[in-house]
Amino acid sequence: MFHLKPVMLKAAVVALVASVSLGGARAADISGAGASFPYPIYTKWAAAYKKETGIGLNYQSIGSGGGIKQIKAKTVTFGASDMPLKAKDLEDSGLVQFPMIIGGVVPVANIKGIKPGELVIDGPTLANIFLGKVKRWNDEAIKKLNPDIDLPKSAIAVVHRSDGSGTTFLFTDYLSKASAAWKSEVGAATAVQWPTGIGAKGNEGVANMTGQTDGAIGYVEYAYAKQNKLTHLRMINKAGKAVQPDSASFKTAAANADWAGTPGFEVILTDAAGDNSWPITGASFILMHKNPQDAASAAEALKFFDWAFKSGEAMADELDYVAMPQNVADLVRKAWSSQIQSGGKPLFAAQ
Amino acid sequence: MTDCAMNTSAANTRRTGASRWFAPSDKLFHGLTLSAAVFVLLLLGGVIVALLEGAWPAFAKFGFGFLVSQSWNPVTEQFGALAPISGTLITSFIAMLLGIPISIGIAIFLTEICPMWLRRPIGICIELLAGIPSIIFGIWGLFVFAPFMQRNVQPFLIDTFEDVPILSNLFAGPPYGIGILTASLILTIMVLPFITAVTRDVFETVPPVLKEAAYGLGSTTWEVTRYVVLPYTRVGVVGGIMLGLGRALGETMAVTFVIGNAHRIHASIIGPGTTISATIANEFTEAVGDIYTASLVALGLILFLITFTVLAIARYMLMRLNKRAA
Repeated sequence: MFHLKPVMLKAAVVALVASVSLGGARAADISGAGASFPYPIYTKWAAAYKKETGIGLNYQSIGSGGGIKQIKAKTVTFGASDMPLKAKDLEDSGLVQFPMIIGGVVPVANIKGIKPGELVIDGPTLANIFLGKVKRWNDEAIKKLNPDIDLPKSAIAVVHRSDGSGTTFLFTDYLSKASAAWKSEVGAATAVQWPTGIGAKGNEGVANMTGQTDGAIGYVEYAYAKQNKLTHLRMINKAGKAVQPDSASFKTAAANADWAGTPGFEVILTDAAGDNSWPITGASFILMHKNPQDAASAAEALKFFDWAFKSGEAMADELDYVAMPQNVADLVRKAWSSQIQSGGKPLFAAQ
Repeated sequence: MTDCAMNTSAANTRRTGASRWFAPSDKLFHGLTLSAAVFVLLLLGGVIVALLEGAWPAFAKFGFGFLVSQSWNPVTEQFGALAPISGTLITSFIAMLLGIPISIGIAIFLTEICPMWLRRPIGICIELLAGIPSIIFGIWGLFVFAPFMQRNVQPFLIDTFEDVPILSNLFAGPPYGIGILTASLILTIMVLPFITAVTRDVFETVPPVLKEAAYGLGSTTWEVTRYVVLPYTRVGVVGGIMLGLGRALGETMAVTFVIGNAHRIHASIIGPGTTISATIANEFTEAVGDIYTASLVALGLILFLITFTVLAIARYMLMRLNKRAA
């Protein structure tokens, strides 16, 4: 007993010293802040990257708006946003923007007797439901798309996000493209003036409200809908085909976008062309300074993103995200080497 | 402050030579405590200045219209504070309407009627209720209380008052479960411990001789409470109520979960609404653009002013009570 005590004390001192020296090494870590939608995958990548290289990444999920403010104030190495900045805005603040990860938004409903993926809906009808113009599930517009389903007369209860969110941006952006009435009356943003319905906080809030309200319809991230086995709807895409939301249909939407011809990668993947494209797909973006103050951490950040493009796909699949297609990743790498510099030298060398 | 300084110097001259050595440390102590007090004032002033500065773009753009407009449109950047202000005031009003009688009832029971052995357990339970974090109330409200409201309470209210003129509008619409009424009821539970604790304490300040005299004259417990205890403690009770109201006005997380977060003003209290703090909590992280952010800060300033007024009134009431007790 008495011999043990000094040993334990020594061990404690060693552990303390070790943790202090480790704390010192952490100063070289990469820091980022922004969108909450990609938070799970960024932290999963960060953990794996730390194991491989010893370099850590600290990502704060404070929301896209916060991420944009933080990167403009230069308090972080990179910012993350679900809503791409306009090319002019990027130019004004000396920022570079590139897509990092893809996800989808799916409408979910709670109708008695309807199974997941059974009901089909198109953009204009979805917009009319969220405008409060289509009020009952047996409305002609819904019946026409689903001639074989016996739809109940129950009232439609609209559920939307109450917090500002990239999910809401993708959803309202799609509705603006699909319906002129939505575009003129509501528009697209991370938060909008909803004409009807109730607001619930976060994906879990929307899922819960939809689940406990008879006749409800809402929208959540695909990963959330899949993991919680919600009753999702199929959608008619731009090509007029009914598609299921899954990683294949998100990938098709991403592959069909004109990444090369859009300055600042300001591509919004909603309402994409292609027979198998899911209509409400979107990328989450990273923002960095063209001439970063802290060139060393910026170079480390680019190395991390390069590694994520190369080896992050399996992890993305596990969490139901979709990795960027390789051809898009190559375009992004080119943009890095041509645009992000320190003292006239590029921080990233494209292979 | 001059009085204070004069007293100190007068005391110093009366001291013997040896203790004069301590005079500088006394002054230092005086300075330290003074600066601690001034620090709070500076902090408060700083908060007001920061809020004013942050909110200025919104007030400059919308002017007085900000206070009376119901529009809240981030797309066209048209903002008005009427829906959050009315939601804040209505939920707090209903919470007070239900919370005050219950709290005072508990306090009367605890001080006048309750057997001695039961006073401590009930008192501790009330204090524990005050210690529950608001997020717990929010989650409980969303997952347990809202479904209960949706299945049992709201359909009952809608059906019962269907043919009553004004009440049919007050209890109209589909039973969503969440909404203004649900938020108000959660708030009621949350303000109970605050009002109860203060009211119980002031009830205990009533001199036993007054109550015994009243009982001696043949008064019932109700008459003693109504004509002796309440008049004697009136001001303190109001102070406690104001503290509860302050909490109800500023409560964020629990309300955000169950109010429905819709920027509309309904005639029906079953319908969804929003409050100032819920709006800020919901939208601040993703607010892009100067006017949007400034409008949210302006909401914060309005809430600050409302709460400040309420607490100032509470302080004033308590001050009067203390003066009378002395």
